[in-house]
Amino acid sequence: MSENHPDGFLKHPREAIAYRDPAARIGDYKEVYQETWEEKRLAAQGARCMDCGVPTCMGGCPIGNIIPEWNDLVSRNQWLEALERLHATNNFPEFTGYTCPAPCEPACTLAYNDSPVAIKSIERAIVDRGWDEGWIVPEPPARRTGRKVAVVGSGPAGLAAAQQLNRAGHEVTVFERDDEIGGLMTYGIPDFKFAKFRVARRVDQLSREGVAFRTNVEVGRTMPLQTLRDEFDAVCLAIGAQQPRDVPMPGRDMGGIVFAMDYLVKENRRQAGKEISDPVSAKGRNVVVLGGGDTGADCVATAHRQGAKQVVQISINTKAPPERNSGNPWPEWPLISGRPTPRKRAARRNSASIPSPFSTPTAMAM
Amino acid sequence: MNQQETLPGLYDPSVVRAACGVGVLVDLNGTKSHQLIEDGFRVLVNIDHRGARGSEEKTGDGTGMLLQKPHEFFAARVKGLGDFDSYGVGQLFMPRDYGLRLALEDLIKKAAHSEGFRVVALRDVPTNNADLGRSALQTEPVIKQVFVEPLASLEPARLDTKLYVLRRVIENRAKALLAGSAELFYVCSLDRRKIVFKGLLSCPQLEGYFPDLSNPLVKTSLVLLHSRFSTNTLGAWHLAHPYRNTVHNGEINTLRGNLNRMKTREAVIASELFGDDIEKIKPVTSEGMSDTAVFDNVLELLLEAGRELPHALRMLIPEAWHKDKFMEPRRREFYDYFSTIIEPWDGPALVAVTDGYRVAAVLDRNGLRPCRYCVTKANKLVMASETGVLAIPPEEVVMRGRLKPGEIFLADTLERRIVPEREIFETLTKDHYGQWLKENRVRLREMEDGDEPPALDIESRDLARYQGVFGYTTELLRDLVEPMSEQGKDPIGAMGNDAPLAVLSARNKPLFNYFQQLFAQVSNPPLDYMREELVTSLESHVGRQHNLLDETAEHCRQVFIDSPILTASAIAAIRRLDKNGIRSAQVDITYPAGMPLADAIEEMRGRAAEAILGGAEILILSDRGASEERIPVPSLLAVGALHHYLIRRGLRTRAGLVLESGQPCGVHHFCTLIGYGADAVYPWLAYESIVRMMKERLQVPETKKALARYRKAVEGGILKVMSKMGISTLESYKGAQVFEAIGLNFDFVREYFQGTTAHIPSVGLDQIERELIETHERAFSDKIAGSLPLEQGGEFSWRRDGEIHQWNPFTVGKLQHAVRTGDGNSYRDFAEYINDQQERLQTLRGLVDFDIDPAGSIPLEEVEPCEAIFKRFSTGSMSFGSLSREAHETLAIAMNRLGGKSGTGEGGEQVERFGTERECSMKQVASGRFGVTMNYLVHAKQIEIKMAQGSKPGEGGELPGAKVDETIAEVRFTIPGVGLISPPPHHDIYSIEDLAQLIHDLKCANPAAEIHVKLVSVANVGTIAAGVAKARADAVLIAGDSGGTGASVKTSIKSAGSAWELGLAETQQVLLANNLRSRIRVRADGGLKTGRDVVVAALLGAEEYGFGTAALVAVGCIMLRKCHCNTCSVGVATQDPRLRAKFPGKVEHVINYMRFVAEEVRELMAALGYRTVEEMVGRVDRLRAREVRHPKGTRLDLSQLLYRQPSEDTPRKTKEQNHKLQSKIDHKLIEFARPAIERGEAVRVSMPLRNRDRTAGTMLSSAVTRKHGAAGLPDDAIVINFTGSAGQSFGAFLCRGITLHLEGEANDYVGKGLSGGRITVRKPAAAGYEAAANILIGNVALYGATGGEAYFNGIGGERFAVRNSGAIAVVEGIGDHGCEYMTGGAVVILGKTGKNFGAGMSGGEAFIYDQDGSFRPRLNTEMARAEEFAGERDTALVKRMIENHYSYTGSARAKQILDTWTESAKKFVKVIPEAYAKAVARYMSEGKDVRLNPPPKAEELRAA
Repeated sequence: MSENHPDGFLKHPREAIAYRDPAARIGDYKEVYQETWEEKRLAAQGARCMDCGVPTCMGGCPIGNIIPEWNDLVSRNQWLEALERLHATNNFPEFTGYTCPAPCEPACTLAYNDSPVAIKSIERAIVDRGWDEGWIVPEPPARRTGRKVAVVGSGPAGLAAAQQLNRAGHEVTVFERDDEIGGLMTYGIPDFKFAKFRVARRVDQLSREGVAFRTNVEVGRTMPLQTLRDEFDAVCLAIGAQQPRDVPMPGRDMGGIVFAMDYLVKENRRQAGKEISDPVSAKGRNVVVLGGGDTGADCVATAHRQGAKQVVQISINTKAPPERNSGNPWPEWPLISGRPTPRKRAARRNSASIPSPFSTPTAMAM
Repeated sequence: MNQQETLPGLYDPSVVRAACGVGVLVDLNGTKSHQLIEDGFRVLVNIDHRGARGSEEKTGDGTGMLLQKPHEFFAARVKGLGDFDSYGVGQLFMPRDYGLRLALEDLIKKAAHSEGFRVVALRDVPTNNADLGRSALQTEPVIKQVFVEPLASLEPARLDTKLYVLRRVIENRAKALLAGSAELFYVCSLDRRKIVFKGLLSCPQLEGYFPDLSNPLVKTSLVLLHSRFSTNTLGAWHLAHPYRNTVHNGEINTLRGNLNRMKTREAVIASELFGDDIEKIKPVTSEGMSDTAVFDNVLELLLEAGRELPHALRMLIPEAWHKDKFMEPRRREFYDYFSTIIEPWDGPALVAVTDGYRVAAVLDRNGLRPCRYCVTKANKLVMASETGVLAIPPEEVVMRGRLKPGEIFLADTLERRIVPEREIFETLTKDHYGQWLKENRVRLREMEDGDEPPALDIESRDLARYQGVFGYTTELLRDLVEPMSEQGKDPIGAMGNDAPLAVLSARNKPLFNYFQQLFAQVSNPPLDYMREELVTSLESHVGRQHNLLDETAEHCRQVFIDSPILTASAIAAIRRLDKNGIRSAQVDITYPAGMPLADAIEEMRGRAAEAILGGAEILILSDRGASEERIPVPSLLAVGALHHYLIRRGLRTRAGLVLESGQPCGVHHFCTLIGYGADAVYPWLAYESIVRMMKERLQVPETKKALARYRKAVEGGILKVMSKMGISTLESYKGAQVFEAIGLNFDFVREYFQGTTAHIPSVGLDQIERELIETHERAFSDKIAGSLPLEQGGEFSWRRDGEIHQWNPFTVGKLQHAVRTGDGNSYRDFAEYINDQQERLQTLRGLVDFDIDPAGSIPLEEVEPCEAIFKRFSTGSMSFGSLSREAHETLAIAMNRLGGKSGTGEGGEQVERFGTERECSMKQVASGRFGVTMNYLVHAKQIEIKMAQGSKPGEGGELPGAKVDETIAEVRFTIPGVGLISPPPHHDIYSIEDLAQLIHDLKCANPAAEIHVKLVSVANVGTIAAGVAKARADAVLIAGDSGGTGASVKTSIKSAGSAWELGLAETQQVLLANNLRSRIRVRADGGLKTGRDVVVAALLGAEEYGFGTAALVAVGCIMLRKCHCNTCSVGVATQDPRLRAKFPGKVEHVINYMRFVAEEVRELMAALGYRTVEEMVGRVDRLRAREVRHPKGTRLDLSQLLYRQPSEDTPRKTKEQNHKLQSKIDHKLIEFARPAIERGEAVRVSMPLRNRDRTAGTMLSSAVTRKHGAAGLPDDAIVINFTGSAGQSFGAFLCRGITLHLEGEANDYVGKGLSGGRITVRKPAAAGYEAAANILIGNVALYGATGGEAYFNGIGGERFAVRNSGAIAVVEGIGDHGCEYMTGGAVVILGKTGKNFGAGMSGGEAFIYDQDGSFRPRLNTEMARAEEFAGERDTALVKRMIENHYSYTGSARAKQILDTWTESAKKFVKVIPEAYAKAVARYMSEGKDVRLNPPPKAEELRAA
């Protein structure tokens, strides 16, 4: 047979890298994922991928990872080649391998009627292995073009742009409003979902490749955009949305209502031992989280870790069906209940009839 | 200029495919008589069915007779003629224009004078055209005879040469005179010894048309006869046979290469016999003539230059000598030596030629045409494509024979006998051939130093640069090169091709991708290179060729290579070669960046010519010098440019061309390179890439093996591609140019690939240069760390940033959502992606737009309803076997509910589906004939003959054992777990008149069913379609190259065939031009997806539309492309019960999809103003080129595609075919058999039979089956005793309950598809020859038989019981390839078998009475084994069969064996396939005996 393991999915059941026991992990801020994985098992998971003619996973992947190819390389134990293939479309596979909601998996052809290939686990394993083996090293350009580029924002997009531009030979400076590089990766995503050393070592890699970083520079405030335009040949804005979506309704001006990003950033700063103005803690409080997405889930989990008395999460959607409904076909992102996973302990309430007015000022809504 | 450049449309009238019936009569005593002419007329009438009619029944495709010069007659008519040997007579087709005619007569007189002749007389040949059809009349020439005698008397041989020169002078001058005129001038013959009477006539017309021939003074001792079946006939008087020396049945597949080589050989031909006259005969042959005409020209040259008739024939058509272990060494040396002088003219052929005294005939190496002969007591020879063409009382016949594959036959009227082949070779073989070879030829193998893998001399970073320069992608390495080096095979893929043509792609495509492989279809068969490997060869000679007309030691001073794919040590040996005067020289094919590409090519050409003139006999074209500064000329361009340049300069034969290039790596690359002139290729970068891969995989010690496997994969791939075109040897594949170019402009093709058919002219040298520079710059620019070193590709699998595919996550998702929910918006999203190609070109139909005048639009309500449109829809023929039962039945039910059609595919159908909603209304008959029983056929509404399949035209198939479960085995009459092979060709269709025969057979099997013929789009498919129309098919399907489930090699998915738009447009144009369109319906399929696709197909000329892949996607296919792995995870293309359980498809999904499409069709019809599809068909005037933005800025010329062919015919089917069933004897048989059919009474009938009674018994069988189903009638319910000669397909599809006894002889295909009936053929009691030593029945008997019994009291032809799956048969000897691919049943052979017995045999048993122990070497042991014959069961079976044989036929051989049974039994050898033996053993262990039971005892049956 001239194919790459077309029958792997018949031989091996899906087995993603597990999470730590919820009971254990609720007490700490360490990453929720199981720390180690077995090479052999991951290779078997790679062999579950049948290397489809139309790899819908790749269609589902926002950055177009060439998923079947590194699945195959992992199945063949060619980890270095797998890492190269992964890096070709993804500068920081650990960012996605740990935190991405992995729309590739529900788009996998096996997800059509079975369990998808454990793509996210394989991605994480490849990049973990890369760091462990010391394969991920600075790769500065051989020649400089003499052109200068400013990248505003040091989130994953800014960093990826910086790395690509720098490797193409341009002189790149990254400007960051905050005091740390990394944007959401550093201050937005809780430590238990993404440990911060992972950002730091990438920043280190980039620095060694020649990227310059300037923190605490808020372009447009502390530095006019025109200055960048004058000093650089090109400016790349990679600043994210920044604006939270407010819910204007009666009672909105009451106390104890905060935006998720304020809440999460403060907690992240606290974990990092940084100073925080107006600390917010859920300890001993009744918490309502508005929003059923990943960010909401992070808030729920953070509130639990802070010791909330009770956490209620409210979603705008009706309770999602357990399986795709007909208006939500494969390989689209499935609107179903039961994913994503790190909020197992959260109580939920789904209602189609919000917004209802804020009425209990004693509750702290997040 | 290429012919097609001047054509307004796609139809090239110069492309003609023809096949025919051939006849030869010789009075071996040399006595001239008029009787022979009269006999000739009778033979012609009896082979008329092998010819064809055009659009009119009165116009034949051509017939003719070659006879000895009737001197007595001429002497009485023409004053002043000398004796027989003193003059030549010419038979001329003259223009009808009087002035032109006078000018030509004057020209002839002057030419005669200048060549030393005088014209004695010009005689008007009386003709009577009262009976001619309209088109024959419209083009009828004036026929004259010219009598010339030399000014000074000449020796006869000298006169012959001078007459040949005179003819060439006349022809050349006439050509100049007539330049630009449409008038016909043609010399049928100009000869001292013989004369040709021929015309655009049907066989019975010849006699009446030429009253001369009926004159008793016209006498001859030999005639050659011909009945032509041609695809297009308008104005084709001169294309009738015989040619000056030749009649031919078949087709020369290698013609283009042969022609090119002749052109270049011409520069160096010389002969003492001609002296300076040699220049006058040039060009020896030319473009635009039929293959036979070209062959005849070259043969004539060889003959006139002094070659003996058999010698010349054996040079041009050698037998398969390379691998023949039985051939005597001297004969091998003869072939070996002459293979250094001329390449084989390969293709199916029965060629009969004469020099006026002797008749020689030869059959191609595969034995693909029939030739039977007999000799009478009066020493008269009757030879023809069929036996029984001349009624001869049995007692008059002294022997019956057939030509065997590759055999030569010689009848000599001077020696008054048939000269045995052995004797012929005694005169041909010479001691010095072997000696010369030994001393002069260089075997490369012997010059090599070991066989080490090439050193890895490129740094890893740089390797990627080189891969980039040469157009490698990650995918190419991952999906082609690496698997090839792992498995030694060209890798397999599935689900066809949905990526754009090279010319439509936004990406830079290598030049290879603009060329599509041609393949054999209908007019010639593909070969089975795996099962019939012995006829193939990859060996060849490289080096200088010498004077064709001479033979010296010098001639074989060439390098012999055993494979065109060179190893590192082989190229090294060539590089340092200096032996026997053979030297090589290197020609750099890289050029400095900055130089214009055109200049670089010219410069390269100059350097190459210089090297040749400097004495180099092998040129190594090398791009090893590619670098940042030097750009490699694309390898195919370099080869084509040089090859054609050297041909034009007459230098090509002076040196071999060896290519050392980094570019080629896939099979198709090598095929194009060799096909355009490379003698051998050293793919250095492919090797380097493999070496690197092995290093990365830490498998360095295995590198050598990996390289060897890669080479094996390439070699196997080349053989496969050659075989697809029916070409057996590399020698004749070289330069054969069996490709069509799509998207290259005419100038470019003319300059570098002259003679290649080109369509959709667009890209030229300038764009190729731009892309070349861009690719080179990119490859050598700095790589950004972390990026992939190569482009992804995305040709085979979809990649987000790779090549566009029509099936991608978006379209698959949208379509499935639409059909499951009925969501019209989702369908529109899907359709928009496919339809809107203005910025994302995918298909040719994306380049056209509708010509819509809003004023002419009509309201949607006025358009016929969807229900009317559904009738025209079908799902493609996808086999039960490749598809799961669930998928197959879902499609069938849906199409039945819609009133459309679904096809069974080639795997048969479960009987329990017959007559239910789950039944497929269209039943396929493919080469494997799986499950094709009479019962299957009578249940069909349409019967589809699959000539080719879009994803793998010209190839067979294989259903792996794992997919053969209980149900499939039952349907296919085989045993579970045993793999099944479909042969590449239909073994009953090697040419177009064979197809006509199969159509006739199937029509007899089910007169109510329409017969469809499925073709795959390819250059000149329209010509084939015209042939199909003339073969009286009811419909023809033009399938695009894109479709196809199941498995095929990736090379074929991508590189063979063309889009349906091209094939359909051409078909429509050809059918209209030949007034055939009204007789046949046209269906299109191959990637149709939307209503817009349907409307484009309709306007281009299709009446019906097939959906394959799209229908599968509707029922759940998600394009995994894993059909061949049996692991389809959605249960569509798998037999794994676990996966089948997951099949998500519902009947409604298909119905919804078809409705969406039909609604879209209706909307477009409303806009176009058509109320019915009928009105829309063929209205190509409503299409125009669309304004598209090609990403490369390329412009495409669609004018030929959109050409409106003027015609008097209707653009759609309006008439029914005349299937000629009215006069069949079966009507009488059915009448006689009525008591049996209706009341079960036994019926006994006796009746005479002649060869024109084809397919006897089949309509009767059909009538019985219709009434009684698969069970038929009780044994021997109907017994018919025939006497005489049976026509083809005697007893085809005969069902249980009917017994046909024939005393006499039979032609090809006896018992084809035998479905339970019984057939016996016995030698006439009065015949004066021994049964076991003479031929009795023709080729391919019992092909695809599923049950029944057959007893043959004599020898059978080639391919006996091919694909038999249940019949039992006894025969007294057979030809080559017996029991090929057999899967069941039992065959007893009481005599010798030919070569290659049991190839591809996976089931059943054969018992050979091996009297002299000669059988075993003839067995193909790949799948079957010979074992001792023992055991009660075997004995009981074989003995019963022989007893029956004796009882039915009175066989003397059977009696002798039975009389001495104890002794005889020891001489039987049993042949059993390994897989079958295992399966039987497995069942035995479960207590089940699946083996055949002995047949009922004949004696008892008779008594009852």
